[in-house]
Amino acid sequence: MSTTKRRLIVDGVRLDGRKVDEIRPIKIECGVLPNANGSSYVEQGKNKILVGVFGPREMHPKHLADLRKAVLRYRYHMAPFSTDPRRSPAPSRRDTELSMIIRNALEPALFLERYPRASIDVFAEILEADGSTRCACTVAASVALVDAGIPMRDLVVACSAGKIDGEIVLDLNDVEDKEGAADLPVAYMPKLGKVTLLQMDGVLTQEELDKSLQLALQGCKKIYEFQKEALKMKYGKQGEKGSVEQD
Amino acid sequence: MGIVLSKLLENRDFVVPGDVLAEGDLRSGENTYRLRGKIYATRVGLVEYSRGVVSVIALEANYEPRIGEIVIGMVVDVDLSGWVLDIDGPSLAFLNVTDALDEPFKPEMVLPNVFDLGDLIVAKVVNIGRDGTPKVSTLGLDLGRVEGGRLVRMTPSKIPRLIGKKGSMVNMILKETGCQIVIGQNGIVLVNSRERDMMDLVVQVMQKIESEAHTTGLTNRIYEFIREMKEKRRR
Amino acid sequence: MSSKIRVVSGLNRARISAALSQGKREDGRGLSDFRAIKIRKNVLDKAEGSAEVFLGGTRIIVGVKIDKGEPFPDTPNQAVLTVNAEFTPIASPTFEPGPPDEASVELARVVDRGIRSSEAIDLEKYCVVPEKTVYVIFVDIFVLNHDGNLIDASALASLAALMGTKLPKYNLEEDKLKLSDEREPLELRDLPITVSVVKIGDNLVVDPTTDEEDIMDTRITVAVNRDGHVCALQKSGSVGLDLEEIKKAIGIACEKATEIRNLLMEG
Repeated sequence: MSTTKRRLIVDGVRLDGRKVDEIRPIKIECGVLPNANGSSYVEQGKNKILVGVFGPREMHPKHLADLRKAVLRYRYHMAPFSTDPRRSPAPSRRDTELSMIIRNALEPALFLERYPRASIDVFAEILEADGSTRCACTVAASVALVDAGIPMRDLVVACSAGKIDGEIVLDLNDVEDKEGAADLPVAYMPKLGKVTLLQMDGVLTQEELDKSLQLALQGCKKIYEFQKEALKMKYGKQGEKGSVEQD
Repeated sequence: MGIVLSKLLENRDFVVPGDVLAEGDLRSGENTYRLRGKIYATRVGLVEYSRGVVSVIALEANYEPRIGEIVIGMVVDVDLSGWVLDIDGPSLAFLNVTDALDEPFKPEMVLPNVFDLGDLIVAKVVNIGRDGTPKVSTLGLDLGRVEGGRLVRMTPSKIPRLIGKKGSMVNMILKETGCQIVIGQNGIVLVNSRERDMMDLVVQVMQKIESEAHTTGLTNRIYEFIREMKEKRRR
Repeated sequence: MSSKIRVVSGLNRARISAALSQGKREDGRGLSDFRAIKIRKNVLDKAEGSAEVFLGGTRIIVGVKIDKGEPFPDTPNQAVLTVNAEFTPIASPTFEPGPPDEASVELARVVDRGIRSSEAIDLEKYCVVPEKTVYVIFVDIFVLNHDGNLIDASALASLAALMGTKLPKYNLEEDKLKLSDEREPLELRDLPITVSVVKIGDNLVVDPTTDEEDIMDTRITVAVNRDGHVCALQKSGSVGLDLEEIKKAIGIACEKATEIRNLLMEG
């Protein structure tokens, strides 16, 4: 019995009701974990991610320390109940790869040379996964690092684009990623204009690739506003000028 | 040369890392960096333009030890020449035996008998080594091992709020509660009192300051809070 | 605030013990008082059951996932229940990433024991095809913030998650199992509540904070079923307990279990 592939877009509307260039509803909070130096919580569509940051602190074990700069360690980890079906709690090769590329996406934004022999540890726990989690994790990590007061050159924001049913779309969810033709996650430092994470899975012509990249960057710009808002929200009502040492 | 108005934002505007604060003439101050003629924020906070310098008053900043600061740390290692302290900073700190003892060091002295693993120490940062290791000293008034009290951990960037302008906040708390308070710039604060109730009250006060550090009128509200709690305990 | 700096046991011990002898704890609670408990049910979409519990600052999230699989050879007609706990590194600077350590394994096994011994789940009911296919019930405990008493919070969250669990139904059609669209709620025949009591000097204290756990002599965890009977016990730590203390601890646990069960049933 053959299975006909279902349509992912019908009359310009995707399965979850979005248009081709819409990102999923997104919510970002920071300062949510009392035992971490910095933390954030991101919900993007059905993605639910918690990130905790520790450091900079002296590196343990010593032999992993770099004498000239801090070492950034990033751990991408999915809870067993985060997917359907359940996944094993043990780290998979995919977890290992994603941990590395997200680390690489964040490093250019950090002043690692300021803290020789130290480690900056970023732990992402994915409570619920629904596609483009590496992007949401990067978005969350960036906010958590700022929340920890660690100096950065720029925020790092990320978003995916891809091709489904012949159309270039923004912010793929799990179904679109699995059943679509291509998936392109991108991370970006918006003020410095540098791409720090770029992967592609699937097939795209050069023109489609260009269009996808542009669309992903547009998505990044939108998500950047949510990152800023989350950081601002911690300090009171929007627009209210803060006071620091005065009464 | 004419004055080039190069600031891009208003004083006390909220900024995040990467925000462009100025172009051209201004100097890059605290929590900013310069790249190709533009000055960017490195931490989340409020931008300040003052006397030709643009800086950011950070709302969140990881602790970086500076010479002259008082810190409270824990002994995590003892070796032949001194003690290694965890002061919650990017590096462990070192307390050389010559910076801890009033008397000259004799080889038969057993270092763990002076300060042992797990001891809490109040020390002063006297030097920062080339590799970034802070060197501390316990020679001086009110420095040395902590003998009693409760420990509160605050975010280091909120310590100035605990102290207040010219000590206004902490002095008010000291006066109203009669507690001893030792403030480590690294965010570790020690509270001690013979009256346990007062000690617990001060701990609560600090938790309140931690969560409301960014608001206005805090000193007054804390004063009212202390008064209210003291009333409650009287009844 | 990330810090491995903890006030040394000696300093804390003297002060906390002195306060306990006068019936006081540092956060103002009595020796038998639990901190504020908040239970949120059905917090995760991709899990068949879920719950989040806040106990003071301790925060636990539990996801229940249901699968079908082969039964264990020694219990061919019983569903499989498996409880797993993860002390995530975001919960405390003292938690390192990696495979479960003895504390997290102990926690998972103690929570499992409470559910299993009380027979809260009729495992035979959830056998689909005897000796071949049974339901596999995964209870995954995720510690999100550590502020003491992880066991009680985890057991409570696990139970709350099970309470809201919906099992996918399997229909036997011509010798093949087909997953139907129907969902049926998991039936719980009991609500075992876990209460941990720690001994600090001569005092028995309920729902310890991390400071109290640091200086405790030993801990005894008691699971109590709806009839008020003890269905699991675990003593953890290397200082001995005498019979009087054990009896007293169990008495306290039974009393608190009723309170907490009422809270669970309200929400």
